[in-house]
Amino acid sequence: MERIGITLTVNGAAYERSVEPRRLLSDFLRDDLRLTGTHVGCEHGVCGACTVLLDGDSVRSCLTFAVQCDGASVRTVEGLGEIGALDPLQESFRKHHALQCGFCTPGMLMTAMDLLAKYPLSTDDEIREGLSGNLCRCTGYVNIVNAIREAAGARGTDKA
Amino acid sequence: MSSQAAGAADVARPGIVGARVQRREDPRLLTGRGAYVDDRKADGTVHVAFCRSDRAHARIARIDTAEARQAPGVLGVFTAGDIDAVARPIRATSNMPDYRATELEPLARTKVRYVGEPVVAVVAENRYLAEDAAGLVSVDYDPLPGVTDPESALEDRALLHDEAGTNIIAAREFARGDVDGAMADAAIIVEDRFRIRRKTPSAIENRTCLAEFEAGRQALTLHASTQVPGLLRDALAEIFDLPGRRLRVVAPDVGGGFGAKASLYPEEVVVCALTMRLGRPVKWTSDRMEDLTATTQAFDEIVRAKLALEPDGRIVALDADVIGDVGAYSIYPWTASLEPVQVVSFLPGPYRVQNYRGRVRAVATSKAPMGPYRGVGRPISTFVMERLVDMAARRLAMDPAELRARNLVRDDEFPYKSGSGIVWDRSGFQECLSSALDRFGYAQRRTEQAAARNEGRLVGIGIASYAELTGIGSRISAAPGMPINTGTERATIEIDSTGAVTAAFGIASHGQGLETTLAQIVAEELGVRVEDVEIIHGDSAAVPHSTGTYASRSTVLAGGAATLSARALRKQAIEAASYILEAADTDIEMRDGIISVAGTDSSITLRELARAFYSEMRRIPKEARESLELSASATYDPFFGTTTGATHVAEVEIDPQTFGVTVRNYVVAEDCGRIVNPMIVDGQVHGGVAQGIGAALYEEVIHDENGQILTGSFVDYVVPSAAEIPDMAVIHLETESPSTLGGYRGMGEGGTIGAPAAIANAVADALSACNAQINELPITPDRLFRLIRDVEPREGESKNET
Ligand code: FES
Ligand code: FES
Repeated sequence: MERIGITLTVNGAAYERSVEPRRLLSDFLRDDLRLTGTHVGCEHGVCGACTVLLDGDSVRSCLTFAVQCDGASVRTVEGLGEIGALDPLQESFRKHHALQCGFCTPGMLMTAMDLLAKYPLSTDDEIREGLSGNLCRCTGYVNIVNAIREAAGARGTDKA
Repeated sequence: MSSQAAGAADVARPGIVGARVQRREDPRLLTGRGAYVDDRKADGTVHVAFCRSDRAHARIARIDTAEARQAPGVLGVFTAGDIDAVARPIRATSNMPDYRATELEPLARTKVRYVGEPVVAVVAENRYLAEDAAGLVSVDYDPLPGVTDPESALEDRALLHDEAGTNIIAAREFARGDVDGAMADAAIIVEDRFRIRRKTPSAIENRTCLAEFEAGRQALTLHASTQVPGLLRDALAEIFDLPGRRLRVVAPDVGGGFGAKASLYPEEVVVCALTMRLGRPVKWTSDRMEDLTATTQAFDEIVRAKLALEPDGRIVALDADVIGDVGAYSIYPWTASLEPVQVVSFLPGPYRVQNYRGRVRAVATSKAPMGPYRGVGRPISTFVMERLVDMAARRLAMDPAELRARNLVRDDEFPYKSGSGIVWDRSGFQECLSSALDRFGYAQRRTEQAAARNEGRLVGIGIASYAELTGIGSRISAAPGMPINTGTERATIEIDSTGAVTAAFGIASHGQGLETTLAQIVAEELGVRVEDVEIIHGDSAAVPHSTGTYASRSTVLAGGAATLSARALRKQAIEAASYILEAADTDIEMRDGIISVAGTDSSITLRELARAFYSEMRRIPKEARESLELSASATYDPFFGTTTGATHVAEVEIDPQTFGVTVRNYVVAEDCGRIVNPMIVDGQVHGGVAQGIGAALYEEVIHDENGQILTGSFVDYVVPSAAEIPDMAVIHLETESPSTLGGYRGMGEGGTIGAPAAIANAVADALSACNAQINELPITPDRLFRLIRDVEPREGESKNET
């Protein structure tokens, strides 16, 4: 099958690759770049496990073709903190036990990054609404909401 | 979230067990450095795509693979004959009378029995190409009569398994006392036909497996997203006739299971057979449609039940008939009897029921096999019993809380033998009820509810109490008559020559945080810091025998094995240290990894001890170095198991426009025995309740009358999101179990057991003015709309329209 050349930035590093037009961004990240932190749970746009930031906005990498990202900047969970130096949002998830199996977690974190950057998140209803495109089967969401509430409070007052 | 300890163990417990220790799993999972099966890339890996049946019941007439074989990147196209040349079929046996085993072939040979059954395996260089080629396979079918509706299937007009001679593949009856006599004399009887619709566990990680064959050693390794690596190893050793040491099953990080990953699957056999044949690593990654159609499903039962009571509310008899729609095959090893038999085993619940009769028939239908799912049978038994109790309360004009208090087994009655013969050890049934009601603010909320009703709002409050057996040992089989041992677990703890502590288990954590909780138990019992203990799990090579993590057993069984082996190791470490510290064993203590002589400043670290023991040959006498070991193994068998009880209280409101149900308040009071880590216990309860709310209000696997599945995506199979699940309060009553080492009880499933009943009772309460019967779950807006309309036909509408 024909391949198309793309250039993009992922977590700050530049990549040049040639991909089939049908290659999903999720497969591109996981298989071609070996960034396996982005997970796929449904491959049809419902579960949100595959969420990444594309030029700052959360998108479903299972519904995005890699070729659409030519020239773009992608951020995945590997671009947040590291073991031993977690991002405050990751710290809050850990403190509040907001993950169990961890499979939905990368998508939850990337969605939450987007929400924290854009919305006041002043009520639990607003947080829950913002998370409603990400399924978690383990936590019952209670502690995820707790973790995001705390992270929202710690942002300072500028975005509220 | 809010939680609190209460009851006898309210005092802060010093030590590591009982502390909110942060999970050691988290840093890797939060940073995308976890290692799930699909993350693993072995050199030269090829991918399988399955062609699956699109018929519910049909004979395979012809399979044409010619075009697929020519497709780009294809290594081979395989059918039943290719697999059974190397693999024996899967057969789940049972000693249960009236059980009929059904053979499950990894790829269907002559007949297909459900939509989604694997028929052809296509192997290609990558997943895209494998799926392209799978689309080129064509299978012709000769249709066979449908076996879709469980009640018609009972009549055996069409048989799913000809060799079984009937569709009823398991049957059982429990009886105690004189049910008919008690019913005849009773003051009131309430009865109904209840139904809970088919669910699917829907872990967010789809099932995935990767088989690798090492030709030099003739050894097979399977990485699988499974809860039961040891169980799979043992089964695959039989299927492929390989010794266990050359067959290793590894469950690395696993993205949730809930029972869905606790059975042996055809796909796992196929990837093993194909890696041996092709000499390349073979991977299969399920997509969500495959998961929703071909992963084991659950909770599909019809229950006719009757409850008889005295005027004072005393329960005198219970009679039930259960039909379990168990799908097309008995899954290995649990068999098709697992789910429906549990319904009749647990139906009398935590109540005194002197006269009980429960009959169950498991009927095969052309749907995906029924398997274990969080709660197994008990969500249904609790739903039925708790609805009956509420219906009785209404008839007696008694508060439903009061009726429960009158019938729950009291503290002075334990151990209590239930109507089906299960023995409840000491547990806080009454205390769970009263604590849940207190926390909920029951009296106050009843007042508020009355006010809301006066405004015309449909607000309801529902209570559910239940009891379950957890951490079961060798005396009780996890599934009736199953010929494998699920009653023990083993642990090996070693101190190596660097002083590092490693504890190896056969259980497989897949979200429960067992790497953390088992480290807590080992640390406390051994006398080291929790961060000093490395936990190995999820690997069949770690211990000689294990079955895995399911049935709320791992804290009790693996925790027990950890306790026994840690104690044995501690004794030996202290004895070894006694030579160096020149003190008597009895004067030596070990804490935080420091071994010291009590009341002195003479001490050594574990690292120093290890160096002395393994390397500095003169510090400990030769005889002692030969007789002692800085390692210990132990197996724990709780023999019977223990009781876990709880009460859930829910408040709901029905929107009269959309017929949507909103859960407003939720309280759980549960007795999970001694708690290892309260943070993790809370999380288990939250997740369980969320799945129970899903079962009550949203989730339903739907088949049409031809057995075609209509819920093949997450758009159609509705898993609740954060917007549907409320905050909840969890109260822990730590009544230490008298029956298990350490006093632990299992608690991974309870949330899912209590929630469907509590929600159903709350919805029924909200509708009490119009007398609508809530006897079927899930209570979707559509079902509720029809129910209300049929009870109160409005002008111009017919009562019987569907
Ligand atoms: S994998 Fe992309 S939304 Fe589910
Ligand atoms: S933590 Fe398992 S799915 Fe969310």
